[in-house]
Amino acid sequence: MNLATKDIKHNFGRFSLTSAGIGLLLMIVMGMGGIYRGVVEDATTLVERIGADLWVIQKDTRGPFAEISRIPRDLEERVLVVPGVETAHGFVSHTVQRDYKGKPLRLTIQGLSWPLDKGLWLPIIAGRGLAQAHYELVADKSSGLQVGDKLALGKEIFTVKGLTKSMVSQSGDSMVFMTLDDAKAVQFDLSPESIRIERTARVKRLFDIDLGQIQPQMSERASGLNSGIPALGTSMISAVLAGVKPGYNIEAVAKQIEAWPDVSVYTGEGQKQLLLRGPVERVRRQIGLFRRLLIIVSAIIMALILYTLTLDKLHDIAMLKLIGARNSVILGLIMQQAILLGGIGFCIAYLLGQWIFPHFPRRVVLVRGDLYSLAIIVLVISILASFLGIWRAMRADPGEVLA
Amino acid sequence: MSLFKNNIVLQAAGLTKIYGSGHIEVVAVRDVSLSVSRGEIVALLGPSGAGKTTLLTLLGLIRPPNTGQILIDGTLVFNNHQAQVDLRRFRRQKFGFVFQKANLIPFLTAAENVRLAMEIDDQPAKVSRKRAMELLEYLGVAERAQNLPSMLSGGEQQRVAVARALANRPSLILADEPTGSLDGVRGRQVMELFAKVAHEQNAGVIVVTHDHRALDVFDRTLEMEDGQLRKSHN
Repeated sequence: MNLATKDIKHNFGRFSLTSAGIGLLLMIVMGMGGIYRGVVEDATTLVERIGADLWVIQKDTRGPFAEISRIPRDLEERVLVVPGVETAHGFVSHTVQRDYKGKPLRLTIQGLSWPLDKGLWLPIIAGRGLAQAHYELVADKSSGLQVGDKLALGKEIFTVKGLTKSMVSQSGDSMVFMTLDDAKAVQFDLSPESIRIERTARVKRLFDIDLGQIQPQMSERASGLNSGIPALGTSMISAVLAGVKPGYNIEAVAKQIEAWPDVSVYTGEGQKQLLLRGPVERVRRQIGLFRRLLIIVSAIIMALILYTLTLDKLHDIAMLKLIGARNSVILGLIMQQAILLGGIGFCIAYLLGQWIFPHFPRRVVLVRGDLYSLAIIVLVISILASFLGIWRAMRADPGEVLA
Repeated sequence: MSLFKNNIVLQAAGLTKIYGSGHIEVVAVRDVSLSVSRGEIVALLGPSGAGKTTLLTLLGLIRPPNTGQILIDGTLVFNNHQAQVDLRRFRRQKFGFVFQKANLIPFLTAAENVRLAMEIDDQPAKVSRKRAMELLEYLGVAERAQNLPSMLSGGEQQRVAVARALANRPSLILADEPTGSLDGVRGRQVMELFAKVAHEQNAGVIVVTHDHRALDVFDRTLEMEDGQLRKSHN
């Protein structure tokens, strides 16, 4: 005869409500772990999806995600001629915030090196990838955009041609993909007034030096397009993504490029580690600390619940002792209920989580390993929590029944 | 010890129980000696505070005496305050307890309450199930076997409690005012039941009671006052 289950059956309503309460608490613990996994996945998804062997970035930076990286676009050609390099694509990444349909819309724009990179590697769930050099974009569905939507960015109107799934930046912003030139045009877009002010200032600066006074006709160039002034150099991009030919050692190719004095090189794995050790690390520590606190709170609450449940049964426990029940019978009654409470609470947490987590603004990823770990933690705290009740039960005096 | 006859189930000698310490000491039981034979039903009478329940806790191995010896079925159980055996094992195998309230476990049915006493003594479920039904039938509450205590009347609960006390074929049944919550008629029925149990099951029975209306069912009455046994009537 199992006393624990008999008692639960008799007090089913109270036990169910208590289990639901524990379940909600454990759902938060589970969710915190899931949020951390989501942050990690969001941070590394793009790097993994792109699948570049090497990331060539500005010297001594941790770009383009952990910090800003700016390199000249012609670096693509330089990288391409390195022995062992098969492909070299320019890459731009930056974040914008626009009002869309009356709501703020944050987007991380990724510029793809059209026509070499048409975004075929993207996990497209609706529509298609990029099919022309300008004014098209592929957006993640988390942005709320739909295929066919029009979006004003810079001075152009872009049409959403495809939707991806789970392509979110490390800060949780939805990604959109467009050609590199379009991405740069959006990034460096200035208002006409800003351009006019800059051109006027440029002419003034020219006449402040000897060159302007000796050659006043240069003012015409200075007040014209940026591209008409060779001294301003080529446009800047965030990184060059290189693919290494089969049979070549990636590390060896990286070493060759690393020897250049103006760039740094990371492998795909190195780029992932940069992200995880940088922006994600603090989030991981913060969530980890919060999660530990929640586990302690859960353990204390469970201990108090089990203590109260034991107090309610103290007379029956005294009676059991009086008629000669071994301590193991009493211990089993309390501990089995504690484990059942923890187990049912865990199942409720999982089921509720499956229902609620998809509605969270950021991804909550429940990994099997994390769930197993939490299940073991719940088992341990259930056992530890029952100790307070067991301690009280062991002190129950059988003589109380006679009193 | 050859001092004790074979049919004597309980022998207590020189029992004293003192509560408190230092300046505040209360002698609840003072130098009490008594014996009970198998098949004998004994009433323990006395006013409130006389020490009846305390004596019962000593005889029931619930609390140790400060001085004195207790022998059950010829085995020395307490020598002064020192237990000589595993008390809980001894209680579940040798004793049956009945109280003023039935004290049934509220989440177990009548039959399960009776079975519980046997199953904590490691008796197989099949055996305990059969004996529980036999006992409930013997006590006239078999039809209530599957009911929870909350669905039983006070008298029925008390009968189930008696069945639980008899479950392990005890040598000694200790009852503390078992008719306290029953009316006169039902109280007498319970006392007669104890007499029947003592004689038919060959167990020694000690009943602490205030109820003088049913004293004729007892083989012997003992009277306590100020922690001491004053009188004994056959």
